[in-house]
Formats: sequence, C-alpha cells, structure tokens
Amino acid sequence: MTLELQPSRRGFLRQTGLLGLAVSAVTFLPRMAYASWNKAAFGAKTMADTYKAMGVDSPTVSADIQLNAADIAENGAVVPVEAISKIPNTTQISFLVEKNPAMLTAQFDIGPDTLPQISTRVKMGQTSNVIALVKADGKFYTASKEIKVTLGGCGG
Amino acid sequence: MNRREFLHLLSAASAAGLTLPLDPARAEKAAEALYDAPAFGNVSLLHITDCHAQLRPIYFREPNVNIGVGAMANRPPHLVGEAFLKHFKVEPGTRLAHAFTFLDFERYAALYGRVGGFAHLATLVKRLRATRPGALLLDGGDTWQGSGAAMWTKGQDMVDAAKLLGVEAMTLHWECTYGQDRVKEIADKDFAGHIDIVAQNIKTQDFGDPVFKPYVMRVVNGVKVAVVGQAFPYTPIANPRYMVADWTFGIQEDNMQKTVDAARADGAKVVVVLSHNGMDVDLKMASRVRGIDAILGGHTHDGVPAPSIVDNGGGKTLVTNAGSNAKFIGVLDFDVKDGKVSDFRYRLLPIFSNLLPADAEMEALIARTRAPFESKLNEKLAVSEGLLYRRGNFNGSFDQVILDALIAEKDAEIALSPGFRWGTTILPGEPITMENVLDQTAITYPYVTLTQMKGSQIKQILEDVCDNLFNADPYYQQGGDMVRVGGLAYSCDPTATAGNRIGDMELNGKPIDAEKTYKVAGWAPVSEAARDAGGEPIWDLVARNLRARKTIAAPKLNLPHLKNVDGNLGLAG
Repeated sequence: MTLELQPSRRGFLRQTGLLGLAVSAVTFLPRMAYASWNKAAFGAKTMADTYKAMGVDSPTVSADIQLNAADIAENGAVVPVEAISKIPNTTQISFLVEKNPAMLTAQFDIGPDTLPQISTRVKMGQTSNVIALVKADGKFYTASKEIKVTLGGCGG
Repeated sequence: MNRREFLHLLSAASAAGLTLPLDPARAEKAAEALYDAPAFGNVSLLHITDCHAQLRPIYFREPNVNIGVGAMANRPPHLVGEAFLKHFKVEPGTRLAHAFTFLDFERYAALYGRVGGFAHLATLVKRLRATRPGALLLDGGDTWQGSGAAMWTKGQDMVDAAKLLGVEAMTLHWECTYGQDRVKEIADKDFAGHIDIVAQNIKTQDFGDPVFKPYVMRVVNGVKVAVVGQAFPYTPIANPRYMVADWTFGIQEDNMQKTVDAARADGAKVVVVLSHNGMDVDLKMASRVRGIDAILGGHTHDGVPAPSIVDNGGGKTLVTNAGSNAKFIGVLDFDVKDGKVSDFRYRLLPIFSNLLPADAEMEALIARTRAPFESKLNEKLAVSEGLLYRRGNFNGSFDQVILDALIAEKDAEIALSPGFRWGTTILPGEPITMENVLDQTAITYPYVTLTQMKGSQIKQILEDVCDNLFNADPYYQQGGDMVRVGGLAYSCDPTATAGNRIGDMELNGKPIDAEKTYKVAGWAPVSEAARDAGGEPIWDLVARNLRARKTIAAPKLNLPHLKNVDGNLGLAG
C-alpha cells in the first residue's frame, strides 16, 4: 500500500495498445479449456447431479480456502469472485452458484507450480450461496459465501 | 475567534435585530452552555456529515421509528424518543432533547428555532478552532446533493462552501450521482490543494486500482494523524450504476485492515476512519478491523451524542454518527501520549442558528450562489396545515404528500417513493415552497414512472427493500429506510428473514393477487433504460399537484401493521 495512485499501468497499456490485446487474449481461454470440458457437470440442474458429474462425494468444508466476494453484488450479471486455496496439491478450482439454473459456472485446472488463486466473474439471477470447490490430492473441499442480489434503488 | 469576540458578535447581531429573537443575555448564556465545551488533549477532530446541501437553517425532525433488529435492537443508534433521552441522560424539554428527538417537535421547534445553516456552522467552526488549535475538519459526504441549487450547479455551491469552511478531507456517496467525471473534475481542479477525497473502497472496475487516496496524513500539534476514507459501499446498487460505471465499491474489510496497517507503518499515532458506511456497518467493522481509534460515521443520519465503544481484540474503537442536514457538528478531542491515544472527549453539538450569528463571508457566498435561483426556489406552492417531515423507517408525512400526488396525477392504484433519509421539515401553517419540494426530491435521476406490476412483483420489491433495512447482518444492509407505499396496505415483521417479512397486502380492502396486474407510480428509477426513457421530474409533478390543492391538510400516513417489535426501543408513538 502506498499513497501514490497508480494510473500508470492503464496509461501504459493504452499507449501501447496492449489494453486491446489483453482483452482479446481472454477470448482464447475457453478454447484452451475445451480439452477437459465436462458437459454433464456444466449442464446439470441440481447440486446433487452437478457433484455426481464431477465425481464429488460429500466435500469437506475447509478454512484453507479463502473466498473473496462482495456481500451485495453491484451487478448480478458480472459478480467478481476470487478463490485462494492453501490446500497442498490443489489441482482444480470450481465456482458454483447454488440458485442458478445450472450451478457450475466455471472450472479451472491448476497445473503444477501454479498459484492456486483464481479470480473470475459469475452471473447470478438472485441472492444465492456461491461455492468455491477445490480439488486437491483427488479430494474435494469447499468454502461458501452468500452473495445478495438486490433490485437496487432506495438507498440513503 | 475567541469567546469574547464571539459574544461581542452575538450581542452586535442581536442589537441589530438580525438573527436573535431571544433576549441577548439569555441567548449568550444558552450559547455558552452549549458551545463553550472546554478543550481537551492535543488532537481534535471536527466532524460534519450528510448535510445534503442545506446551506440555510432548516427544521429537521428526528425519527420516531428507527427499529434495530437482532443484535442491533435496543442499542444506539436504534433508540428513539424517551428511550433515547434516558439512555444518553438528556433532560426532557431542553434544547438538547429537542435536537436529538422528535418529542413535542412542533412546540420546541417554535421555541428553539431553526437548526443548521453553513453561515452559523462556520461561526461555530471558528469558535471551536480558537480553543482547539490545529483541529482537523472532516466531512463524511452527502454534501453536494439535496437541494435545488446544488442540483442546478452540479454541486458547485457546496464545493465552494466546503472550501470556505475549511474542510480538510471528505468521502463520498451522493456526490457520485453527478457522475464519475464530475467527481474527478472537482477532486482534481476545485479541491486541489484544499480538500482531499479519501476512499479506500473505491477502485477501478478493470484493474482494481485505487481511484482516490485511501488515506491522508496530517500532523496535528506534532502528532501524525491518518484519516482513512470509507465511501458508501453500495453506491452502484442504491443509486444508478451507470453514474459510476468504471468504479467498484464494497465494504472491502481486508483492504481497510491493510490501509490501517499501512497508515500505522507510516507513523500514524492516531488513525480515524471517515466513514459513509452507516452506523450498524461501522459497529460491525469496528469489531473486526484492528488499529482504528475512531470511526466518524454518517449515512444513516443518526444524531448520537456519545460514541459506542467497540472492543475488537486489538484494542478499542470509538464509533460515532453525526446526524444530517448540517444540524450537528461532532467534536472529538484525543489526548495522545507516548505515541498512542490515552483518553478522549466527544460531543455532538447541535447548530442552533439563533444562538450562532451568521458568518458574514459564508453568508455572502450563500447569497451569491442562490441569487440566480431565488425566485424559482421561493415560489409558494401551497400552505401546509400539518407537520411535514420525512425521516422514519416506514413513512413520513412529506413522503405521504408525494405519494398522494403520484396517485392523483398518474391515476395510479399504488405509489412507491424511495426511503431516502434526507429531506427537511415544515411546521404547520408554513407555506410549502418549491425549495421545500426540491429538498425532498433533488436528484439527478428524478423521472416519474408508471408501471404495470404483478402483485408478486410488488411483493418482491417490498421484501427486497425491507431486507436492505432489516437484514440481521449489517453488512447486507444499505442504510436507507423502507420504500414509502401509497394505496397499498401491508404488514411487516422486521424480525423475519429475507422474503418473509411482508404480508397481508391489500388494496381497498381486497387482498393483492400475485398474478393480477396493478398500476404503480413511482420515481427515481436506477436503470439505464429508465434514464433513456426519461419522464417528468418528480418535483414538477408534486409542484403541480400542490399548486392545484392550495391548502394541504395534515396527511394521513399509510403505515404497515408491524409485527414482533412490541417494546422495541426504536419505536415510539
């Protein structure tokens, strides 16, 4: 933390045109993930079916997963969530939104020597528990947090 | 200004018949008793918040309904009326009792006069600075919005007034409703070298970079004091998101801890948070973040005479809230010894305009900024037979006037009006001017809407807003009051869980049908689509209605039937 503001990073990216590049690079990511696309899990309509398709059997609630998200979503269409796993040998981090029509919203495979820290955005139609599901040494662990989605207005 | 100069000014003003209806000797005595609080310690902070652009003295009635639920029940700030006086040991019938409570409001308002006004506030600030050299003046935000003149000048009148008053640092909420570009323009141009906007919890959407300084350091009598900013965490939710499209907010508790730690590492011996969280959120944050000496709070407009002292394992944190509408100034005196705070004194001083002569320079500035708008503001629309006020959890009599106008002018079955906590008070027999109407409605998204809504949708809206008010976890609250409802009867159990608080919804004695469609009028929509659709500004609709009615009988408040809150100390008459 410093007192200096840091507009320079964006300024630099803008100047060099890297901002556009950084955005377009994101569009390649899903294709890279196609190899391990679990269609049954992403299409499942209940938590039980989702877990079944993922091979999850009664996951353990773990304090070693940090799930960072706002208490109230600023925009239900893009809710930033971050999961940091301190569980050794983490190989996968998934995000599930309990009250979405399809619960599994994102799944990331973590390679060896990769920091198990993932930030993404999920879409939420209503107030719901959001679950970070971590796979480590073949076992599953969770952390969850309620994120409120409200109609807005009427404040203060 | 020392005490003698002040008293001289007071008697001079009185002799000239300018400001004081009171007998001068009595006025001096009353002013001394209120404002000559002895200085204490070596670091003083003066705190104003939520003035909502009220530059001139006004009346402001405190609520008779301010219910706390769960752990928040029956403790500050959720105490009203006699329970409030008893808790804070304030003598009934006194000036202080009138300032802090709604009790016998009409009677005491006539006796003790108007409150607030920046010219009177400026006099008191000078007086406090005289006894507290180096005192820092901090503004908790909601300063640029709340009046017609502020809206028409895009906050410029308030920006100039804050600079003249000598504010050192401020944080934000309604300021943001002029749009992020306007806020940055003021921060970078008008405020440069004068006022720092501080907000550890406003970041850019893309990279999460800070938009403002998270804190500023000032040296007061040789002591390094850090002022950390906490803007209203739910600005993009409670107000239109498109106005701050590139910014993200939130409570950001982890970052608050990091900011406090950074300020301490930077040598701060005193760390205060200038907060727009709302008091319940501040109390929770104080219990979880370590290293904060005091949270100077606003947003919920609670005039709380004594700080709540919160233990957080790492020490103790004072939590204050300094009311609204420039009615109060908080004075926090710290004694800092051996590199840390060893003792404190706190006072929340009400600004009684007839005890504080107007500061000439500030008065001239106010007159100058108002001049182009005077004739519009002064238009008398109607005369009110009853007391008109807004503040309260469920409804206010001025809100009822707005609801009645919406139903009449839009030929609606039901009307909804936002549960804002700003808005001034009009005494019985006074005219309702255009300025009064704008004091209740002056926002940058004032469009009137008329919508066909299913019964189930209406229920969802009421439940949603009610959860923002009564969620048992303060971090899920937004700090406004309940949406005001016209035409529709309902019951409310504040102690129930989300989705289960609202019941018995009826229109003209018939139960609301979840599937049936009703004609609902409202205003202040937050969506971009509503902005693009436009619509008549609410103040024009209300003004039209009042002009036609000429005399406004005391409105009958549409209030919900409350459940499970009997005996709650946040509920009175």
